[in-house]
Amino acid sequence: MQETLSLRTLTRRQLLSRGVAAGAGFVVGATFVAGRDAAWATEMNALKPDTMATLIQMARDIYPHDKVGDQYYAAAVKGYDVPDEVDFAEDGIEMLNAKAGEMGFGQYLDAGWEAERVGILRAIEDTPFFQRIRGGLVTGLYNQKAVWPIFGYEGESYSQGGYIMRGFDDISWI
Amino acid sequence: MAAPFDRNDDSVVVIIGTGAGGGVLANELAQKGVSVVALEAGGRYLPEDYINDEWESFGQLAWLDPRTTSGDWRVAKDFSGLPAWIVKAVGGTTTHWAGASIRFQPHEWKALSTYGAVEGANLLDWPIDADEMAPWYDLAEKKLGVTLTNNLPGLPGNNNYKVFEAGAKKLGYTEVHTGRMAINAVDNDDRMACQQTGFCFQGCKWGAKWSAAYTDIPRGEATGNLEVRERAHVARILHDDSGRVTGVEYFDADGALQMQRAKVVCVAGNSFESPRLLLNSASSMFPDGLANSSGQVGRNYMRHTTGSVYATFEKPVRMWRGTTMAGIVQDEARHDPSRGFVGGYELETLSLGLPFMAAFLDPGAWGREFTTALDSYENMAGMWIVGEDMPQESNRVTLSDTEDQFGLKVVNVNFSDHANDIAMRNHAYKQGAAIYDAMGATRTMPTPPYPSTHNLGTNRMSERPEDGVVDRNGRAHDVPNLFVSDGSQFTTGAAENPTLTIVALAIRQADHIAGELSRGNL
Ligand SMILES: Cc1cc2nc3c(=O)[nH]c(=O)nc-3n(C[C@H](O)[C@H](O)[C@H](O)COP(=O)(O)OP(=O)(O)OC[C@H]3O[C@@H](n4cnc5c(N)ncnc54)[C@H](O)[C@@H]3O)c2cc1C
Ligand code: SF4
Repeated sequence: MQETLSLRTLTRRQLLSRGVAAGAGFVVGATFVAGRDAAWATEMNALKPDTMATLIQMARDIYPHDKVGDQYYAAAVKGYDVPDEVDFAEDGIEMLNAKAGEMGFGQYLDAGWEAERVGILRAIEDTPFFQRIRGGLVTGLYNQKAVWPIFGYEGESYSQGGYIMRGFDDISWI
Repeated sequence: MAAPFDRNDDSVVVIIGTGAGGGVLANELAQKGVSVVALEAGGRYLPEDYINDEWESFGQLAWLDPRTTSGDWRVAKDFSGLPAWIVKAVGGTTTHWAGASIRFQPHEWKALSTYGAVEGANLLDWPIDADEMAPWYDLAEKKLGVTLTNNLPGLPGNNNYKVFEAGAKKLGYTEVHTGRMAINAVDNDDRMACQQTGFCFQGCKWGAKWSAAYTDIPRGEATGNLEVRERAHVARILHDDSGRVTGVEYFDADGALQMQRAKVVCVAGNSFESPRLLLNSASSMFPDGLANSSGQVGRNYMRHTTGSVYATFEKPVRMWRGTTMAGIVQDEARHDPSRGFVGGYELETLSLGLPFMAAFLDPGAWGREFTTALDSYENMAGMWIVGEDMPQESNRVTLSDTEDQFGLKVVNVNFSDHANDIAMRNHAYKQGAAIYDAMGATRTMPTPPYPSTHNLGTNRMSERPEDGVVDRNGRAHDVPNLFVSDGSQFTTGAAENPTLTIVALAIRQADHIAGELSRGNL
């Protein structure tokens, strides 16, 4: 994912002081979205930072993996942060927030429980916006080599000589 | 004359497609001294080019030209532009395949006689039988170096297999083993032994698995009798006023339209592209498409009754390590209508890497029911169901209004399950889950069929010209020097993975064509 040096050199305190909290997990500044713990940050090229923060939360709510950090979800939706996708993403998130409003929340990120946010998503799951975001995540999230070890998946094995000497039949509980 | 051949040389046999059918036929004919030009739409990739990465490999090898779908199969909804997962490359889908190589059971050559008429199904007996095919199967097993045949040892079982085997035995299944596989357990036929890398579907980087790409094709080329033209996409088959085919038109690697004359044309583009070519070759003499006086071209499309069962356990399995298809249960392959369906099915282990598992476990699903399954990916075991499906006239490949990059009409694939298919799949889901439950599965998942990997039947073989497209030798009933040489000639699908049978038929057909040529009959 894209991190810029300028953000990386900021201390956590400096970073947080330049933004405001959004939802439970994010700090949103004028040009960036960062994790609350400032462990990651992404600088915006085209989208509003609030839109990106909402997209990241939406991505997690669609495919929630508690051991997978927000930075991977951010990377999975970062592709929408380009001029060609601005209308798609901004309009979609506006629609999502409007639906959240109808359902009694100020906006999507104001819904505190995953189940509440999933309820909002269920209400829009047949829209092209939702379907494209979900479809994109299938590769955007699960095809990131960096997330594979979190699931135990070992990826390429040819360069290591396969598993013939590395446990292809090492199961011990049978 | 030695390869390369002139495009005006009308003494050559032209083969369209170089997969299991076309690649083997090309080599077998070349070995017999017949001049062959094989035209292959895809490029040439060898073990050093294969990629241990599911999506990257898919981009490298898969047939990605447009196709459309209809019917009530779930693939039409979840993968509407990708009805099949097959390859466009020299060697065809033998680069992708897992290597399971099993013979039809004798009764499966005679489905109509054995099962009786099944309502809504277009069942037919093959015009050939088990006795006639036995010697060709022998040759095919030798060619492919199939384990547990010809005194070749079996493969060792991997983790995924061990869970499967132990569960199957607890259920009382007895025909449980590591499979008859076209994968070397020991060095054989200039190919090394399997290193258990676990990317069989992405092309075997060790060459341990048989593929036409690095066996039959280079061996055929070495005779000087075979020229393989890669990135040559055949557009139509040409014929003269007497109704004999005279050659083919194809787009070369630069997109230029070329013509190759031929004495004989053999179509082996897999079960979508072969009927597409015949339909796209319609003329005033053959208004419904070439070789289609029966109206059966494109019909009776079969894809095997498939599905998968994945299960999670308390402890790790790491199913992705080692051969993708690592073993088989054959007890359910028998025909036993007391189960509520005709025909039978095999259960075979299968694993997918995390990226493909995310795409195929439950396409379109989201939320925690889905993601908690993937959270247990390391503790997952998996198997695949492959059973006989019913040929139906309405399950068919037709020309769609969509056009490809050459302006040629692409195929629409219409498919709906027959009631027999559904009953069989449900039975198999239950048995598959029981195998894993016997091993203490914490969750079992009946997974829907993937885009088709086995594509059969769209130019079927029949005794009578009105029932099918080709005769007992794969020769078109309507056109004396036109052959079909791939899985599309299957009259019925049987329970077994098809490639050994495609290869056996190709070896047999080469013998027939070479004989007819030398007798001056072609
Ligand atoms: C993931 C996977 C696993 C499999 N595992 C097994 C297994 O374990 N056991 C088994 O028995 N089978 C297996 N199969 C199925 C097996 O690969 C196919 O049944 C077999 O390869 C089909 O042979 P074919 O000759 O009909 O077509 P293919 O092997 O697909 O060859 C067709 C070739 O024709 C070319 N072509 C098409 N149209 C044109 C045209 N117009 N001009 C020029 N060239 C053209 C294509 O590019 C392709 O190269 C598997 C398939 C897949 C996808
Ligand atoms: S597991 Fe064996 S057959 Fe499969 S790709 Fe690896 S070496 Fe080849």
